[in-house]
Amino acid sequence: MSSVLLENITKSFKDYQAVKELNLEVKKGEFFTFLGPSGCGKTTTLRMIAGFYYPTTGRVLFGDRDMTRVVPEKRNTGMVFQNYALFPHMTVFENVAFGLKVRRLGSAEIKKKVEQSLKKVRLEAFIGRQVSQLSGGQQQRVALARSLVIEPEILLLDEPLSNLDARLRDEMRTEILRLQRDYGITTIYVTHDQVEALSMSDRIAVFNFGECQQVGTPKEIYNEPANDFVAAFIGETNLIPVIWDGKGGETLQFSWEENKNKKVVAETLFSSYERDHHLSVSIRPEAVEVFDEEPLNLQNVYEGNVELAQFTGASVNLFISLGEKTVQALILNNQTRREPQPGDKVWVRFPESHVRVIPRVMNQPARSMST
Amino acid sequence: MKNRDRRFTLLLLIPVILVLVAYVLYPSLRTLIESFHHKGGWNLKNYETFFGTESRSNLRALWNSVYISLLSVLFSALIGVPLAFIFNKYEFPGRSFFSSAAILPIVLPSLVGVMAFMFLYGESGLVPNAIKDLLGLKHVPFKIGGVSGILIVHAYTMYVYFYMTVSSTIRSIDPSLEEAAYNLGAGRFTVFRKVTLPLLTPAIVGASLLVFMTSMASFSAPFLLAGGFRVLSLQIYFSKVNGNLQMAAAQSVILSVVSISFLLFMRWYQNRRDYRMATKGIGAHRSEIKNPFLKGSMVILGVLGVIILLLPHATILILSLVPDGTWTYQTYPSVFNIENYLFLFTEPKIWDPVRNSLILAFLATLGNLVFGVLTSYVLVKRKFYGKNMLDIMVMLPWALPATVVGMNLILAFNEPSPFTFGNILVGTFWILPLAYFIRHIPLVVRSTNASLEQLDDSLEEAARNLGAGWFYLFRRVVLPLVMPGIMAGTLLAFVEAVGEFPTSVLLYTLSNRPISIEIMNQLRMFNMGQAAAYGMIQISLIGLVLFISNKFFGIKAERSL
Ligand SMILES: Nc1ncnc2c1ncn2[C@@H]1O[C@H](COP(=O)(O)OP(=O)(O)OP(=O)(O)O)[C@@H](O)[C@H]1O
Ligand SMILES: [Mg+2]
Repeated sequence: MSSVLLENITKSFKDYQAVKELNLEVKKGEFFTFLGPSGCGKTTTLRMIAGFYYPTTGRVLFGDRDMTRVVPEKRNTGMVFQNYALFPHMTVFENVAFGLKVRRLGSAEIKKKVEQSLKKVRLEAFIGRQVSQLSGGQQQRVALARSLVIEPEILLLDEPLSNLDARLRDEMRTEILRLQRDYGITTIYVTHDQVEALSMSDRIAVFNFGECQQVGTPKEIYNEPANDFVAAFIGETNLIPVIWDGKGGETLQFSWEENKNKKVVAETLFSSYERDHHLSVSIRPEAVEVFDEEPLNLQNVYEGNVELAQFTGASVNLFISLGEKTVQALILNNQTRREPQPGDKVWVRFPESHVRVIPRVMNQPARSMST
Repeated sequence: MKNRDRRFTLLLLIPVILVLVAYVLYPSLRTLIESFHHKGGWNLKNYETFFGTESRSNLRALWNSVYISLLSVLFSALIGVPLAFIFNKYEFPGRSFFSSAAILPIVLPSLVGVMAFMFLYGESGLVPNAIKDLLGLKHVPFKIGGVSGILIVHAYTMYVYFYMTVSSTIRSIDPSLEEAAYNLGAGRFTVFRKVTLPLLTPAIVGASLLVFMTSMASFSAPFLLAGGFRVLSLQIYFSKVNGNLQMAAAQSVILSVVSISFLLFMRWYQNRRDYRMATKGIGAHRSEIKNPFLKGSMVILGVLGVIILLLPHATILILSLVPDGTWTYQTYPSVFNIENYLFLFTEPKIWDPVRNSLILAFLATLGNLVFGVLTSYVLVKRKFYGKNMLDIMVMLPWALPATVVGMNLILAFNEPSPFTFGNILVGTFWILPLAYFIRHIPLVVRSTNASLEQLDDSLEEAARNLGAGWFYLFRRVVLPLVMPGIMAGTLLAFVEAVGEFPTSVLLYTLSNRPISIEIMNQLRMFNMGQAAAYGMIQISLIGLVLFISNKFFGIKAERSL
């Protein structure tokens, strides 16, 4: 087991930069997730750690050993491929034993270890099967066992659940977490499913266009997004472009870019930003308060009209037009109260403590940004 | 390490390039150079003679080659395409049997096939004479020979290309496409014209180019059947036999130019974006034929077709049982026994060619196996500059007509060269295995390529990730998975080597003469029976190999073409 350090990594294919100046540290024993939209460089980064690509510039370190130019077979990483990459001409046993045979272990020891690891993934009954006779979930567990049995320093998983149906996915998620905790192995997990990322990870790195946007625990990423991309990519959010007016006592004052008469007040300090940054206010739908009558003596209150009310069971999703902007609000399905109907006049409030001010990086000319 | 990876690629590339340069490129260049020599000096004399007005025989031979090839394409398509439709679109009793029988002509080496056609339909052939006797005619009603003979043999052997490529395309067409068209209100004819035919076009064009190239290069059929009729591949042979190597070189260059331009055209055509199906693996469903009359006639036609297809094989078998000297002036043979086969074991002179053929084919095929697997691996799995060039070089021996390959070898290796370690190869044993090897390089490479391309890269990566070095992963993961492809190509190379004739006739010596050459000799001595017995041996060897490959490796013969 060891930590992984990516130092200033850039990877170019011809003239296309798939990964740009990436700096990351994955701690020992951590469950670390790369999250991001398709084509943002997650797989590329993972493959540089496994050794299938070499970085154009920068270094890859396991602990304090420089692995940048070490061949894949000498890295002792265990990789689970998206399509599992099980050897179709071998049985379950032979697949799992492959890495041990390469390491020239005795046949008795190989047998013992393979049986143990198959037991761990609950496949001991299938040891003699041809891999083509296994279901998708079973194949995936063989792939996991094959990677774990060599006791790798780092476990690499590239969207291992994307080929499975929803139920099996849930099951495998728990399974992977259980194995990871059992072995206490440093794990890097690639996904573009945010629920998966939030529920499984110790820490998450959010990627976009080959750049790392933010690194943090699931809570930090969700509650304190570093910019509007992260805020919008993880969960639902309302983004309102704003202009900074100045400080007002303990709070910060902003006005809407689209309507200077509308003001927003925020309590939290926004993350580091530069003077020329355009700013947005982000507020999660579940934080938006909805009133039938105008509340008095409160700030960040706007009058609006309900456009659409979606009943989703536990909650009701409201789309409320504030004139310049339609915001989304999530209210619990509280049966004692009549839920707002389309056409109703309502007042919404953005509680100051939940308003987050973040730099805008989407939909505007590229500029340097810090996170 | 990156550099290590590069160095390894280079290490694999060196032997591949060396072999190709030494035995494909260099001999071709020698021919090219030679073609510009006449009476000791550099000049265009050979080409002037070729295109000149003094003797038009060469130009006429070129023209003959071209128009025979065009007609061969036409006739092969007329047989192959409808057959493919009938066998893949309709279900009737015996369909599966007839459709396998349709590829029978592959099992017939070219020379043996031509010989069978001569015995069957020639001047004193069995069929015309049987009709004459049955109907009490004075003369045979028809006979083949010259152009008609060549064309019939070509159609018989080459329709298989159309049949197989069109069949596999029909099978891959998603039936819902046609159904969608019917659903949109199109009639049968419109659906065929607007949907089916456009989808089949790539296959038909591909097969046409292939047949054209093959008949341009065809040697055995003109050699035995042409009479006074001349085609270009035959001209090369006669120039060589007459000792005019420089003229032979010029003729080879011209024939090569035609063939290579077809190769390049074919590559271009196949690499063009064609509308290949997005959905795979949906078996075309065949319509059951309900009408009992139609059903009956389909079966009868099928049986008749199989009989016609098998007639050459049967003829060779029957003739091989006719002892020499017992069938001279009679219309039909009357004595049958296995004397011709017994001679194999009693007369060393009769056995020698069989042994030679086996040894030669084995050596050449071994070379093809090793070289083919290595080359294919480099081509498919390694990155390097000039891959396209290497690919063309590998395909070159396939495009070059056999006669040209033979001429190239004669011109390159009738003097000491560094590639032969200072030896003269022409006139020795080794020139023949080398020739077979060169001719069949593309077979193994192509069929191995096909399997390697299907091999998912992530399997290799998984193996390396688990700690396997290159050699281990090649042996334990790559090799077992591409074995069927390798074996298909290798066995086909062996089969082809056993039946090879055109380069053999240019390069053989008395001590290494293979079966094909002995067949020719026996025919010259009018020992039809012995010639047919040799033919049977070739057919059985080929049948045996195909049987083994099907049985043990699950390889279908059609896969390897
Ligand atoms: N071998 C390669 N050659 C050229 N470009 C590549 C190569 N591998 C990846 N890329 C490009 O680099 C970018 C990042 O690819 P990568 O596979 O890392 O994306 P990803 O984040 O894993 O996306 P997905 O979620 O779709 O798997 C893509 O634009 C891709 O086209
Ligand atoms: Mg990916």
